[in-house]
Amino acid sequence: MKTQLLATAAAISLSAVAAQGQERIEIQFWHAMGGQLGERTDAFATTFNSLQDTCTVNSVYQGNYTETMTAAIAAFRAGEQPNIVQVFEVGTATMMSAADNGAVYPVHQLMADQGVEFNESDYLPGVISYYSDTDGNLLSLPFNSSTPVMWVNKTVFEENGLEIPTTWDGVVEAARALKAAGVPSPFGMGWQSWTMIENFSAWHDLQIGTKSNGFGGTDTELTINNDHVVGHIQRLADMAEEGLFTYGGRRGDSRPQFVNGEAAMWINSSGYFGGFKADIEDFEFTQVPMPYDPAVRSEPQNSVIGGATLWVLQGHEDPEYACTAQFLDFLSGTEQQADWAQATGYVPITLAAAELMEERGFFAENPGTDVAISQLTLNEPTANSAGLRFGNFVQIRDVINEELEAVWSGNKTAKEAMDAAVERGNELLRRFEATAG
Amino acid sequence: MVENRPLAAILTHVVLIAGIVFLCFPVWVALVASTHPGEALQRSPIPMWFGDQGFANYSQLLREGVPAAGGVPLSTMMLNSLFMALGITVGKIAISLISAFAIVYFRFPFRMLFFWLIFATLMLPVEVRILPTYDVVASLGMLNSYPGLIIPLIASATATFLFRQFFMTIPDELVEAARIDRAGPLRFFWDILLPLSRTNIAALFIILFIYGWNQYLWPFLITTDQDLYTVVMGIQRMVNVGEGVPIWNYTMGTAILAMIPPVLVVLVMQRLFVKGLVESEK
Amino acid sequence: MQKRVVFRNRWLPYLLVAPQIAVTLIFFIWPAYQALETSFFVEDVFGFSRNFVWFENFTRLFADKGYLRSFWTTLVFGLSVTFLSMSMALALAVAANRVLKAATAYRTFLIWPYAVAPALAGVLWYFMMNPSLGILAYMLEGTFGVDWNHYVNGNQALLLVIIAAAWKQISYNFLFFLAGLQSIPKSLIEAAAIDGASPTRRFWTIVFPLLSPTTFFLLVVNLVYAFFDTFAIIHATTNGGPADATSILVYKVYSTGFVGQDYGSSAAQSVILMVLVIAMTVVQFRFIERKVQY
Repeated sequence: MKTQLLATAAAISLSAVAAQGQERIEIQFWHAMGGQLGERTDAFATTFNSLQDTCTVNSVYQGNYTETMTAAIAAFRAGEQPNIVQVFEVGTATMMSAADNGAVYPVHQLMADQGVEFNESDYLPGVISYYSDTDGNLLSLPFNSSTPVMWVNKTVFEENGLEIPTTWDGVVEAARALKAAGVPSPFGMGWQSWTMIENFSAWHDLQIGTKSNGFGGTDTELTINNDHVVGHIQRLADMAEEGLFTYGGRRGDSRPQFVNGEAAMWINSSGYFGGFKADIEDFEFTQVPMPYDPAVRSEPQNSVIGGATLWVLQGHEDPEYACTAQFLDFLSGTEQQADWAQATGYVPITLAAAELMEERGFFAENPGTDVAISQLTLNEPTANSAGLRFGNFVQIRDVINEELEAVWSGNKTAKEAMDAAVERGNELLRRFEATAG
Repeated sequence: MVENRPLAAILTHVVLIAGIVFLCFPVWVALVASTHPGEALQRSPIPMWFGDQGFANYSQLLREGVPAAGGVPLSTMMLNSLFMALGITVGKIAISLISAFAIVYFRFPFRMLFFWLIFATLMLPVEVRILPTYDVVASLGMLNSYPGLIIPLIASATATFLFRQFFMTIPDELVEAARIDRAGPLRFFWDILLPLSRTNIAALFIILFIYGWNQYLWPFLITTDQDLYTVVMGIQRMVNVGEGVPIWNYTMGTAILAMIPPVLVVLVMQRLFVKGLVESEK
Repeated sequence: MQKRVVFRNRWLPYLLVAPQIAVTLIFFIWPAYQALETSFFVEDVFGFSRNFVWFENFTRLFADKGYLRSFWTTLVFGLSVTFLSMSMALALAVAANRVLKAATAYRTFLIWPYAVAPALAGVLWYFMMNPSLGILAYMLEGTFGVDWNHYVNGNQALLLVIIAAAWKQISYNFLFFLAGLQSIPKSLIEAAAIDGASPTRRFWTIVFPLLSPTTFFLLVVNLVYAFFDTFAIIHATTNGGPADATSILVYKVYSTGFVGQDYGSSAAQSVILMVLVIAMTVVQFRFIERKVQY
């Protein structure tokens, strides 16, 4: 009798569990991945949802990086924040100030609270340092990390018997030769502040801002109006004047220039690999390290990452956090990371994923795909090349964009533009310092 | 028209035809682009005559949307646009009718204050006070909801003024007759005023439907849930996808689909539309 | 303003105006007040803290060259859109008014762009002028050797949004001009024709002055349209760029608040714009009242 009762009770509680299991917990994941990257990101959520039956990740594309971040902040103020939001690297300082105020659930803490095994030493050091607090604890989970490389139209270079340049003087010379050979605007680039200022500086070990590029405190000031950066921007302006370089927009808008063969050298994220592989049929392409300027530094230092990380926001119920932790754990799995890196050209974020890619023979089969990793790990990062952490940097990048656009359209000299960018940028830094206080 | 000059007559038609070409050309280009595969629109010059992908493109759009831009089916977005447009239209007409009725047919304290409050809505377009309005709607928990899409937009000074103007032209004898019949104000409103206002309501309906359908910034801000996207704001995601393959064929297909309902309304109900437009602005 | 004969009821009128008033108070007056309040504060992004700063947001705006330039951009944009769409609409209306019988047929083809959303108008022109594959950019390059690139050239980007905004507004102006023309008595024009005035002279000395109420009304409506309703065109295409060349005031309110996350400054801009709109509405209203009276 008693055992029967127990059995019944067990059956009831089991069915209750089953019923609960059917009511899956839903979490919102906002990302900024459009195009093929977006389809892949959504696919992560779909796979994860099919692998277990307790929670559903709702993956929503919220526009470009800026739009996604601002949508999440507006939603947070309204109390309707998503569980996970993808924020690009320049939003890091802003998100960290939010962490101090308890808006953000630091990833290392989330994993510990939810009992998910998590080891920071599994990750590539160059990637993780960008997103850790002063005690070395990881605040957000690196998702897509890349670094600028130079994409090269190999076919055009071979047809014209040209060597792929490694220095900026070489780029100018090659561009002239290509222009003469009928390539409409041989050089192009995107994400100009990231590629031509931030990474140009790191690559040549030049300071971007005081206080170790902002890592040392919010009372930092920009120093990007130094002679080297100004000289570099002026070089690009001269190239534009000569018809060697056509500006094509702030983000990846100039991508068609390279895909259509109008540009033969294009500096932008290594994360274009997947898209290029699908879209480029007419010619052979490869990626090579960013050119450097021997007059500034005898050899390149290391490049800094770009891309985005996943931030977990506060204000949700505990079961949702369990689900969130599981999903993040799934995303950083070796298989997932290796597949993602292979498909997209992003840098694998864990050492295990990089090893798996090596094992699979990916780097050997796709020459050039290791350029991004080798650039990032070329030398031990200096205070100038470890990354940057400026508040309001989303807005500062817009300021830099505006000023550079004034250079490309011939309204300002490089010196005038960079002075103005520093002045306006510093004002934004002061404003951040005042509110982050 | 006074004297007969063949040259002037030809010139007249030339001007009109040039105007029509200028107005129609962009839509022609869009229509043609929407019938080609994406690869055909990757380099210049793009085709100027129809391709054979029209059916495939449109059924992809309606059923699955553009995966590269979030993959929301256009059918969902268009349905949302329809709900929003109808909600705004019906709401605006309803609350304007009754408030105009009150202001014209009753004498009560604070009447002028109310009139000026309604007038204030004319002065404060949503774009101008966008951030605080968002905050208010958020604090009322109306983000990502149909009421949130509709209610903040249904106050209308224009419609109220139009009805007020029209009620003023209705002879007083009708009210007197109603009072002799011992009909109350609501009876009068329902049995006499409303039927008389039919044409005005219909004309206004067209103008407001277009207004509601074409809303952009408001749905863009308050919907983060894909199931509530409207089609006019949805196109923004496709234009700014930037780094993926060119999806101009889908973008232009979306533009065409998004403009069909309001354009159709204007063309089919041209006479009412012209009446509504000219009168609501006077 | 009111009927001679009215109904008497203590509470019914309040009930009738209640929905409209409620919506107005909650979604218009309250936000307007909030904008005013926020314009005196500096807030951190997530809304954890805010400091009262008196008029700092305003003084900062008026010291900001970018903001002052935005006034200028708005003015150039507004006047160009107004002039372009009104002059083309007038030409079309005069022509349509001459053809009498065919007028309705032509009208059908000329009025539909009114129904096209500003955002879509922007996207259509953005596609046609796309530097690497737009058909018009291609033709410009081929025929006139114009190197069109609105990603770099601010003036070209501004021109792009002006054309898109004007294109959409032609239908509206056309309808009002046509109605205005049709209300001019034929006898006046015939009398002038008998006096031997040429058609051009007749137009400028008789028709155009008689159209002036319509013209003035359209001038105000078009400016209001260009200043506020064109947000979508800019947001869906140029995003205010390049180098802020197409950042009109109403776009700046949005970009400062939602993109730049500077809530205080955005609120201050809202307040400035509200003052501007109120001034414009008063002008418009006075004019309309006069028209109603006379």
